[in-house]
Amino acid sequence: MRANLRRLGGVACVAAVLAAIVASFAYLAVDFRGLFTAEGRHAMARFVAEFFPPDVSAGFLRRAGFAALQTLAVSILGTLIAAAAGGLLALPAAGRLGATAKWGARFVLSFLRSMPELVWAALMVLAAGLGPFAGTLALALHTTGVLGRLFAESLENAAPAPEAALRELGAGPVARFVYGTLPQVAPQCVGYALYRWEMNIRMATILGVVGAGGLGQMLYFHLSLFQQAQAATVLAAMIVLVVASDTLSGRVRRALSAQSH
Amino acid sequence: MTAAAALRPELRDPLARRRLGWAIAAGVALWPLLRLSEFHPATLLAPANLHVMATFVAGFLPPSTEREFLGLLLAATLQTLAMATAGMALAFVVALPLALAATRSLSIAAVGPADGRWRGQGIRQGVRALMVLLRSVPEVVWALMFVRALGLGPAAGVLALAITYGGMLAKVYAEILESADARPARALLAAGSGRVGALCFGLLPLAAQELVSYTVYRWECAVRAAVVMGFVGAGGLGQLLDQSLKMLSGGEVSSIALVFLALVFLADAISLVLRKVLA
Amino acid sequence: MLRLEQVGVVHANGRRALAAVDLAVGRGERVALVGPSGAGKTTLLRVAAASLRPTDGHVALLDAQPWSLGARALKALRARVGVVHQAPPIPPRLRVVTAVLAGRLGQWSLARALRSWVAPADVAGARDALARVGLAERLFERCDQLSGGQLQRVAVARTLYQQPRLLLADEPVSALDAATADTVLRELVDYSVATGATFVASLHAVDLALRWFPRLVGVRDGRVMFDLAAAEVTPERLAALYAGDTEAVPERPVEAAHGATPPLASA
Repeated sequence: MRANLRRLGGVACVAAVLAAIVASFAYLAVDFRGLFTAEGRHAMARFVAEFFPPDVSAGFLRRAGFAALQTLAVSILGTLIAAAAGGLLALPAAGRLGATAKWGARFVLSFLRSMPELVWAALMVLAAGLGPFAGTLALALHTTGVLGRLFAESLENAAPAPEAALRELGAGPVARFVYGTLPQVAPQCVGYALYRWEMNIRMATILGVVGAGGLGQMLYFHLSLFQQAQAATVLAAMIVLVVASDTLSGRVRRALSAQSH
Repeated sequence: MTAAAALRPELRDPLARRRLGWAIAAGVALWPLLRLSEFHPATLLAPANLHVMATFVAGFLPPSTEREFLGLLLAATLQTLAMATAGMALAFVVALPLALAATRSLSIAAVGPADGRWRGQGIRQGVRALMVLLRSVPEVVWALMFVRALGLGPAAGVLALAITYGGMLAKVYAEILESADARPARALLAAGSGRVGALCFGLLPLAAQELVSYTVYRWECAVRAAVVMGFVGAGGLGQLLDQSLKMLSGGEVSSIALVFLALVFLADAISLVLRKVLA
Repeated sequence: MLRLEQVGVVHANGRRALAAVDLAVGRGERVALVGPSGAGKTTLLRVAAASLRPTDGHVALLDAQPWSLGARALKALRARVGVVHQAPPIPPRLRVVTAVLAGRLGQWSLARALRSWVAPADVAGARDALARVGLAERLFERCDQLSGGQLQRVAVARTLYQQPRLLLADEPVSALDAATADTVLRELVDYSVATGATFVASLHAVDLALRWFPRLVGVRDGRVMFDLAAAEVTPERLAALYAGDTEAVPERPVEAAHGATPPLASA
């Protein structure tokens, strides 16, 4: 009897999902047919063709290179700030400063995390003006929410015995934490930070679209002027940056796993 | 005393030099980082910016409940949901054949002697390369380009989602299918069934739960991505938020933010329910 | 030096761990706690270390009442109490040198502690402490590269480095083989004799207790069963103490060390 009800529930869900999909297409009333007419296809083909050949003049390559470095700097700085701020907030969020502080810290972290980076970037452009600083702030704010929560979970899972033993020999709270808990959670937390940095590089390239500098701003600029050749170069730079940083972070991760204190 | 002198080389910390090196390297790298990213915390306190932010933030409360705006908000929310759902549906359609082509378990050549072996391998690698390419470009960039090509509106977002999430789904589907027990599928292939048949009756029953679970999780991410893409003109909540931000209307922004948070929460809940029931 | 008066401890779950325990240990004395598992020896030591507040009764150590002190004074008091635990409470990724140096964290300022974490100061002192337990050459290795017994010796080295006035040890040598256990106990006893520190240890191996400690306190079910000089501890008393517990009663007379006289041989 229960098995039948379950199956019925499953079928009902599948039906609901299919209905939702159909409703979505209907609501959007997107005329995809326009894409597939001969005219539509020619327009698309022309659009794509204008990306090739990409602009590889020395001057433009230098600007794209600079923008790439700027994007990289934004991602590194933003992640570093977030690791520090997240670490600070993780302590109350793990319950080390009392129950009210715990709920307060968790609420703040949750709020920071829920807002997409792009929204933060748009807000930060208001607060700090156009340019990469807004991007750094946006990444820092969002990533603090993410890392803070991950760090807090690590802290809660750490064994309490080392710190308890240090308390017994009269160590103060900060020294206890550094010698007792930090060695336990450090490798995992650094891993989280590196992983977030990999994602933040991708994010940093995008944030420029709302004015936060770097490759994103260049892309938006050239696409707005329908300069596809330049846009193609910027896109290529984006891909190169992401691939290169993935490799680098893989190496750093392996090196750090052999670290010790 | 001489014993103590003899001990001295053993007392040198082998890590000391390396740590000093890293500390110096970090210090040296910090300055260019700060310059490149134009790190000027003082600008946050510049009177002009501060004034703008202060008035803007002051406008957050109360959130706007103006009738016309609420109508726009509802339409935008529905549009975002529709964009995410339609985009995921297309992504699924894109991902399935790619995953099929990339899965070794369904390789007929692996079952018995067949001359298509290297060609099969080549196709698989080609498909994987394609999937990597689709995944490397962020969806916002695709959305941006589709907006240029197709004009403002959700169509751009749907296509962008279809492409990027198609690549993501394809990769994960292939991984799930490959890690599932391949023997029933191989048996079917050896008995002469086609690839599709082997998939449906051999692999799918085993892998279905994981496939569904991941797809629903990705739908939840797609809802958030749809909002983000709206920022570059793909409609929905994101575009509305972009407009309200540009007009500095704090009340509208806080309404949209609240709706967005509620939407994310709702999507999370739906995703949990679906995963439990469909599994 | 250490005085427990009618100390009782009831845990949060309602279980009574200690009842009406009276114990007075003078300066420089060496006392061994013996008894079956679950007798309350660990709880007693935790009360003595001022890390567990007794539910009933009073505890005084090092001429101070720990639970009526302010936070700073309590911290200073704890710095003079060294505790060796049954399982070494050392994070695995720490290096041996840093783990040993942590013994003086109660005596160092925060700045010095942080500096030492990055670049260990007083490496010579750590090495001396490790040499006493036979691990001097492992100074810069990571703790997770050591065996369980070696890690326990590092924990003992940490306590030796701390130079406490009151040394408490909870089953310090259970994880060590007989020869190493003997060495480590000898080091701890030597330290106690040389510095006049009071030494209280709980031991599961009664032969070790009889060999190294002139005074034995038998604990069972949270109460003190006997408190005697080692010479007066008869096999009958031990049998009564461990009734139901199969491991610890020695069957033959044992060699005494450090002036403790051997017990009467069984008839």
